[in-house]
Amino acid sequence: MLAAASLAHDSALRMAPDFTRTDLDGKSLNLRKYRGKVVLLNFWATWCGPCLIEIPTFTAWQNTYRTAGLQVVGISMDDDAAPVKRLYQKDRLNYPVAMGDAELGELFGGVLGLPLTYLIDPDGHIVGRYQGEPDLKQLEARIKSLLPRP
Amino acid sequence: MKHTLVKALYPAACAFILLSQPGPVLAQHEPAASIPAADLVQPADLAASLKSASAPKPLILQVGFRKLYAQAHIPGSEFVGAAGEDAGLQLLRERAAKLSKDTAILIYCGCCPWSHCPNIAAAYGALHAMGFTRVKVLYIADNFGDDWVKRGYPVVTGG
Repeated sequence: MLAAASLAHDSALRMAPDFTRTDLDGKSLNLRKYRGKVVLLNFWATWCGPCLIEIPTFTAWQNTYRTAGLQVVGISMDDDAAPVKRLYQKDRLNYPVAMGDAELGELFGGVLGLPLTYLIDPDGHIVGRYQGEPDLKQLEARIKSLLPRP
Repeated sequence: MKHTLVKALYPAACAFILLSQPGPVLAQHEPAASIPAADLVQPADLAASLKSASAPKPLILQVGFRKLYAQAHIPGSEFVGAAGEDAGLQLLRERAAKLSKDTAILIYCGCCPWSHCPNIAAAYGALHAMGFTRVKVLYIADNFGDDWVKRGYPVVTGG
């Protein structure tokens, strides 16, 4: 079943909570640093079948829309980093991936099922929340509508 | 009799469903759909029995992932480990080895949509293979967040 987008709060756009983690390449990953870009924040795991299906599409989008202002960010909810690093290298993910934890999950209202993807506009507002498999065509159209340099 | 037959045919059903999946197989795990419907428990029913002082309480085991369990889990449930992985399955067997075979056990995961869960059928199969006769499975259609937490059923955090 494809997931429909929903906002975390209906009443108003919510600012994406800021966080800093070290990514798999050992670099600092700070969400706020991506202000001015559209951020696709994807919570995933190597054991999650639907996650593995959508990751190649996110990698392709990162290539296609990088100069237009898209930044994909992956947060793995695997308990162990080893399989994440293996997949990251084998599938040549072209965007930063960091290990998530319960604290980060709670910051986003609980990551209690995967995949879970947030769409964040250039001002840092959460404009979409996709629990489960998103309709990738609709999501791509939404991203394109938000890009600062289409 | 019918129920016994279903359980006896469980391994063959697993193999059939696994082999008949169309397209690429991303992860080799037993499909949750192979679990007999008679052994499924709906979230609303479990929540009601947890509320009831008189209802018997099964041993509740979470056979999913630590980071999900730490954010929210069913009160009284124990984290065992991801049964879809060898290490988690071994932990489940070690935990179960301490129990009487007629212990009422309820397992749950909720990491992913039911049809994609890598853990639940593996845990169910392992417990049956060990001879447990009173194993039930919490049916979580989409994920623990949507099917349990958002419905207002009780949770605790940590672990």
